[in-house]
Amino acid sequence: MSGILITNGRVVDPSQSMDRVTNILIEEGKVAAYDVAIDAGSTNGSTITLDASGKIVAPGLIDMHAHLGEPGGEEDETIESGTKAALSGGFTSIACAPNTNPPIDTQGTVQFVKQQAADADNCNVYPIACVSKNRSGEELAEMGTLVDAGAVAFSDACSPVSNPELMRRALEYLLMFDKPLLSHPEVRELSGDGVMHEGLVSTVLALPGMPADAEAVMTSRDISLAESTGGRIHMMHISAAGSIDLIRRAKSRGVRITAEVSPQHFSLTDESLRSFDSNCKINPPLRGQQHVDACIAALKDGTLDVIASDHQPQAVEKKMQELDQAPFGVIALETTLALVITKLIRPGHLDWLSALEKLTIRPARVLGIPKGTLQIGADADVTIIDPDETWTVDPEHFFSKSENTPYRGETLYGRASTVIVSGAVKFERNA
Amino acid sequence: MNTDVMEKLAGTDRWTQPDLLGLEHLSAEEITIILDTAQQLKEMTNGCAEKLDLLRGCTVANLFFENSTRTRTSFSLAARRLGADVIDFSSSGSSLSKGETFIDTAKNIEAMNVDSVVVRHRTPGTPHLLAKNIRCSVINAGDGAHEHPTQGLLDIMTIREHRKKIAGLTVALIGDISHSRTARSNIWGLKKLGAHVIVCGPSTLVSRRWEELGVEVAYSLDSILPRCDVLNLLRIQFERQITRPFPSVREYALLYAMTGERMARAKDDILIMAPGPINRGTEVTPEVADGPHSVILHQVTNGLAVRMAVLYLTHEVNR
Repeated sequence: MSGILITNGRVVDPSQSMDRVTNILIEEGKVAAYDVAIDAGSTNGSTITLDASGKIVAPGLIDMHAHLGEPGGEEDETIESGTKAALSGGFTSIACAPNTNPPIDTQGTVQFVKQQAADADNCNVYPIACVSKNRSGEELAEMGTLVDAGAVAFSDACSPVSNPELMRRALEYLLMFDKPLLSHPEVRELSGDGVMHEGLVSTVLALPGMPADAEAVMTSRDISLAESTGGRIHMMHISAAGSIDLIRRAKSRGVRITAEVSPQHFSLTDESLRSFDSNCKINPPLRGQQHVDACIAALKDGTLDVIASDHQPQAVEKKMQELDQAPFGVIALETTLALVITKLIRPGHLDWLSALEKLTIRPARVLGIPKGTLQIGADADVTIIDPDETWTVDPEHFFSKSENTPYRGETLYGRASTVIVSGAVKFERNA
Repeated sequence: MNTDVMEKLAGTDRWTQPDLLGLEHLSAEEITIILDTAQQLKEMTNGCAEKLDLLRGCTVANLFFENSTRTRTSFSLAARRLGADVIDFSSSGSSLSKGETFIDTAKNIEAMNVDSVVVRHRTPGTPHLLAKNIRCSVINAGDGAHEHPTQGLLDIMTIREHRKKIAGLTVALIGDISHSRTARSNIWGLKKLGAHVIVCGPSTLVSRRWEELGVEVAYSLDSILPRCDVLNLLRIQFERQITRPFPSVREYALLYAMTGERMARAKDDILIMAPGPINRGTEVTPEVADGPHSVILHQVTNGLAVRMAVLYLTHEVNR
């Protein structure tokens, strides 16, 4: 394998608190050296030199919450198309959600996902497996054998584990494997048939609402169970100010809890639903400005550890239905990085180090995977970002098979220009 | 004769909207144009009894995805009074059950060279989606609990006929505000024309959030009754309620039914309205519904006039 010398880039690696302009040498698929003179790199005839002047050189981004459709939802996305979209979005590793058909609740499905990912040969894919068999919330899935097969975390994805006894048992059982339980915090009886956040806008539009309480009440339950069992819990797609308060207090008591937010929830509000566009229908719903402000504040103070895309492709014909019939979800792999830059870094809410921390080393630690760092000897997963590229969202040019983005036509800043996985260039924009 | 009629229809040239999706986004002037046009059409047709040929050669499609007798009949008759042909397309439940998206269904109807589509659907926003996807005029005949603009307009027209004005009046909408498209269209229309609007009903069916939009929220009918110039008694939408928002119909009637006893405590010239169909005994007792203050049947006639006006105005823009 030929080496790569990345020159003159601003290397931002939160795992080493590094933010400086330097050269990085990659050899044998690993980070080999810093501060290498350009001559030294080029003396080895097979070394490629990538000029990263004016660009950010980051550890390969990690998305711990992507739905890839396959198996069972190939009309929405395949592992091949989803991982290609991930690369284009700057991600070198993604964890895929188990709400497939069949769900990822056996060794066989875990192995299928890994095999499809290996065949696609785009980015690294880490399967998340189900908490309960068939995601039905009744019986524990065979977690031990799923860990053996390669599952990195457990979740009933898009369904809460409604039964508190089962949730408690799952947290206790997972202590043996030190794997996190990824919770979808929602009290279904409270969100009911809702299609959007319950608030003034839902009152005016007469659309059934999903109150913020639906999330906060379940978050409160999960914190209690994590605290009493000592289990490791990770709250997915947090959207409500009340849940954030609860998580902040739990962390200060030392509860083993982490939390993520999707870019949708820090960049859009329920006002978007005034268009009646089903591409704004997500679960948890886009909420009011006070909740968006709470999310941003929690990203700043570290209450929210991770930014995860919650990429959820839905084929065009599914989203073309009436708002109550159309399924939840938006595609997000190809907009997440730009939204972090446009909505968090450029307005000054987060600097590059703290923003990239939530896209690299933090999700790596939650999942317990040896990624998200550019330390010498680490896998050479690298994302080179052009922070100033101005582009307009057009899902017809996305790699995802689906087009369900709420950002169509919006101008965003910053994009991945080169993506390297284990020392191999896997994606180059305009190449 | 047609040019003659058009000359008489004053103010219609100021109308610019190809669709009527709701009253929320109309201006006071636009609402007034519709009301004035409806009033003129009502007079020209001898109380909506005779025919004009303003829309001769045009086709109006009724696209009803939810059961309706009154509104559909009213739209059909309004279109025929203007000389248009009418086709009816009814389907309960989702179009998806036949494997076709709602938009595909509408595009099929449009391909039959239809000029206007009148749509009713159980889901809010469906007429708006339709308007984005087809070229002909789209008229909202009720989208879930969101808007029912022609109902709002006919209610306002009825008040205006009896009181000669809207500004300064106190109008109370009584009952199930949460599930009422009539309430929402009334709120927007009345507010824009300067009325004071009260929404009054059980707290589980009347959101406090309406206060943020300048609407008075009340839970006691008896306390607001003496101040009201108009009461619009909304039907309890049992079919839209997922959980029962109050303990019993009996308790509801005790708190909110308009009875003869309550009439005695109202203003002498109070107007009693109801968008129909009414649950006699629940929202209103027969003596009030059929009494001298009731204008319920005027509303029905004005419904024809308003729908003629809306079909005519939107069609002229799209012609």
